[in-house]
Amino acid sequence: MTTRYTKDHEYIRIEGDAGIVGISDYAQSQLGDVVFVELPSVGKSLSKGDEAAVVESVKAASEVYAPVSGEVVEVNSDLEASPGTVNEDPAGRGWFMKIRLTNQSELDGLMTEEQYQEFVKSIS
Amino acid sequence: MLNRQGRPSSAGEAGTNAHPTFTGNKALAQIEPLLFEIGRHDTTGVDFDEPEEFQPRLGGLERKEPIGLPGLSEPETMRHYVRLSQQNYGIDTGLFPLGSCTMKHNARLNERMARLPGFSDVHPLQPVSTVQGALELMNELGRYLVTLTNMTAVALSPKAGAHGELCGMMAIKAAIEAKGEGATRNVVLVPDSAHGTNPATAALIGFKVKAVPAREDGSVHVEDVKKLLGPDVAAIMLTNPNTCGLFEPQVAEIAKAIHDAGAYFYCDGANFNAIVGKAKPGDLGVDAMHINLHKTFSTPHGGGGPGSGPVVLSARLAPFAPVPFVRAGKDGGFELVEQESDAAEKPFGRMTAFHGQMGMYVRAMSYMLSHGADGMKQASEDAVLNANYIRAGLSDLLSLPFGNKPCMHEVLFDDAWLKDTGVTTLDVAKAMIDEGYHPMTMYFPLVVHGAMLIEPTESESKSSLDLFIATLRDLAMSAKNGDKERFTGAPYHAPRRRLDETRAARSPILKWTPPEPVAEAAE
Repeated sequence: MTTRYTKDHEYIRIEGDAGIVGISDYAQSQLGDVVFVELPSVGKSLSKGDEAAVVESVKAASEVYAPVSGEVVEVNSDLEASPGTVNEDPAGRGWFMKIRLTNQSELDGLMTEEQYQEFVKSIS
Repeated sequence: MLNRQGRPSSAGEAGTNAHPTFTGNKALAQIEPLLFEIGRHDTTGVDFDEPEEFQPRLGGLERKEPIGLPGLSEPETMRHYVRLSQQNYGIDTGLFPLGSCTMKHNARLNERMARLPGFSDVHPLQPVSTVQGALELMNELGRYLVTLTNMTAVALSPKAGAHGELCGMMAIKAAIEAKGEGATRNVVLVPDSAHGTNPATAALIGFKVKAVPAREDGSVHVEDVKKLLGPDVAAIMLTNPNTCGLFEPQVAEIAKAIHDAGAYFYCDGANFNAIVGKAKPGDLGVDAMHINLHKTFSTPHGGGGPGSGPVVLSARLAPFAPVPFVRAGKDGGFELVEQESDAAEKPFGRMTAFHGQMGMYVRAMSYMLSHGADGMKQASEDAVLNANYIRAGLSDLLSLPFGNKPCMHEVLFDDAWLKDTGVTTLDVAKAMIDEGYHPMTMYFPLVVHGAMLIEPTESESKSSLDLFIATLRDLAMSAKNGDKERFTGAPYHAPRRRLDETRAARSPILKWTPPEPVAEAAE
């Protein structure tokens, strides 16, 4: 199972031809308590870098960008009722959406786990 | 241990509630229930005769249940509202360093002028021949605002800043549509340091928002703007001085690039207090700018009074100014233009039912006349001086994201100085409450980590600033010396301890529901 990261702190965990997208543990810690999540509709097609979701915390509202191009095949609608899951388990139950990739090669431009940890160290 | 103000400052003295009171009150600071919780339905403060029998003529639509209004006597009512007013913290209570908000003194003279019956007791529908004085004041206020900004026209009616933004952007949209470019020019550029209302305004009227990244020095560069320019760009919304408290050094170049591309320059005028009498937005190439009378021109806000957000427009946008507006009449008096068809130009429509915040116009006019041109210029200079005095007094302990260089009317710190202390910007804000200060603006602008934005305004004296700086220095030393509990547990001394903001946002309770009636004991 491969996980890749963006500079905007989204992760994508590859499962076959699709990927689970969420925000990193660093991102949730910076946002503080998440109070609202707005998810895209299933079937929406996104280009890499498109605004895919909105996450609002007690501090700020931020966009979640699509780390890759593809179609939204599933969203974690549990987040609408319990947005705090993003804080509790960002890599697990706090996932945002599942995207079916249209261009696997876009993953090459993203960071590996080690590269991302280095990146976080460099900005914090 | 006492500090130089003679107040205790050593660690560990932050109060604990060792002796909670039976009432919940803290000394003479009263806990105030809701009006509905005080009032009883079986009493009332007034004595009416029992109405005689009558036949309702509402065809069965009359109320069947008691209305449930609380019944209070006059002293009970009086105490309720006085206590609430005592719980408010305003500019009349103390220093209010809320950045980007310009919480300046509301002079009593302005209040007195606004209460003159010729201004306070007028009705928007009374004949214009009976309100000539009020119309003349509006006309004169508009002329002053146009002169201070070197613009062409003014729309006085918008009710506050964001409403003014909407007005300015609607004028821009009308101008674009008049050129036949309504379908193609649909992008508005907004720097990522902007007030959140800017992108919201643009989006509300159907523009697509594109962010312009701020450079590392906190400013917007013309090259970054040029990269985004094209035939699809309608406008840029730029705040100057920006939300980092810095004057945009390339503002004139940005304006030229925007105009060369056929787009318009909207300036967010929230921070105009830094430059009144020093720089005119019209000279910088601005096409539209709102002016917060409740910031720059000292009318009350933050619970003290309604806002007022007149918009000044350049010659290119002036024809599209909305109705209603005041103009000189044929007989030497003033008249109100209420209908779009009565205007010589092409108003885009109407923003408000009536003519705006008359009381605020009077207060702003009183501020301008009592200060004079030289006084307004000095107010700007003093506002900038005060912010820089705070910067100089704290720069060795707190951290400045863009280096220790002069700022405008507000100074922006980040949270790098809190690294490894376990204390956050939010904790510092809460500890400031314990010290008797309203906190600064925090976590805004978003381009700076853990932002603390402090705007003292020109109202503060040197001794007031010295005490504020000394207090923040005490707090900063305390955080750096490991007294984490002073911050993470704060506020210790406020009537309420730290509020559960998360729960308040996740499951807000927006309506009071009466408690279940207590079952009556069986006789």
